[in-house]
Amino acid sequence: MPFSKNALKLDPSLETDRIVSFLRKQVLKTMRRSGAVVGISGGVDSAVTLALSVRAFGPEKVLAIMMPDQDSSPVSETLARELAAQYRVETRLENITNALEGFDCYRRRDDAIRRVCPAYDDDKGYKVKIVLPQDLLEEGTLNIFSIVVIAPDGCEEKQPLPRREMLEIIAASNLKQRARMSLLYFHAEARQYAVAGTANKNEHEQGFFVKYGDGGVDLQPIAHLFKTQVYQLADYLQVPEAIQKRTPTTDTYSAPCDQQEFFYRLPFETLDLLWHAKEQGIAVPEVAGVMALSESQVQRVFDDITSKQRTTGYLRLLPPKLEPYKPD
Amino acid sequence: MNKQPIEQSIREFIAVNLLYSTEEFTLPAEASLLNEGILDSLGVVELVEFVQNHFGIKVAQKEVTPDNFGSVGKLVGFVCGKLDMDKGEIPRDLPS
Repeated sequence: MPFSKNALKLDPSLETDRIVSFLRKQVLKTMRRSGAVVGISGGVDSAVTLALSVRAFGPEKVLAIMMPDQDSSPVSETLARELAAQYRVETRLENITNALEGFDCYRRRDDAIRRVCPAYDDDKGYKVKIVLPQDLLEEGTLNIFSIVVIAPDGCEEKQPLPRREMLEIIAASNLKQRARMSLLYFHAEARQYAVAGTANKNEHEQGFFVKYGDGGVDLQPIAHLFKTQVYQLADYLQVPEAIQKRTPTTDTYSAPCDQQEFFYRLPFETLDLLWHAKEQGIAVPEVAGVMALSESQVQRVFDDITSKQRTTGYLRLLPPKLEPYKPD
Repeated sequence: MNKQPIEQSIREFIAVNLLYSTEEFTLPAEASLLNEGILDSLGVVELVEFVQNHFGIKVAQKEVTPDNFGSVGKLVGFVCGKLDMDKGEIPRDLPS
């Protein structure tokens, strides 16, 4: 089939049925669990996962967990509650701030931030986020992270992140996703449910997740769907409009930070189509023509996808082990 | 400018610090460090810090591009250009 801008359009009814069957078969038959726990963030991915789980198991067999910390936007909880109410699903609120203080998460992170931006002070209302260079189409810069500190008066300071500080900030921040994973499994085990993951294809295959954090789940019902396809299902499943219209956010750092700034460097509408074209082996000139881009722009995005997939393989790698011992 | 010691230093850095290898980094100078999966976001930072500290040059973020850092050959060219521009000397501790 020739490549077109409609290449990722799916039949949402058929795809919903396919995922619901997958959920039932895997959870009830293979895992022998009776329902699903879903961590809901007020974002579209967890909303769609929740809606699909409700279709698969019924609302009485689905538990929605909200797990904000001190850096989370209050909007996340508001939208999550609206979502759970619409699907008549039981909720639990688990604020993980105290758990993270127990891990010394904030001090470890803030010490590293202050070595780069000494003025940063969380208690005085400074906000922080991590960003990549923007507009991958126009700029061929490599994926090099910067830290942006926003003072209470709105002044922004942006600095490149040195290796040591980058590692420490990411390691500390990843404690959040791992704390959430622990709570999801607490609730799942207490009810003999499975933990349904909420990662889409973009997150799973480009490595935008935390190993044994949000990647620590029992099954991945939407990890085969591009983000733009998740939106199609959200529309079909009548996910609240405010969630469908919300800009995808990391909700990990205290300053607002969307996923394009933090990781993808492109709008999903463009990224997904280019990625699909690459997967289908469509020639660069044909893709460039359909997308109204130059061939070098298309190639730049193809290279960025390849690079992210190859360098994040570790995240998707299951613990390797040796073959059984065989005496000579 | 003799590029050989510069290339040798870069190859040694990649072998030891990015590939954790005791063997030489033998990929051709024009091989893509990106497509080979050698340079991730952390590796880019390490490589930038290395060339700044080792060769005494300043690298602006907008210069961290595939054209400058995408292969050993490109990086050698970039470093030589910077050293020429700064009229700097190659540090004496470079391997000969």
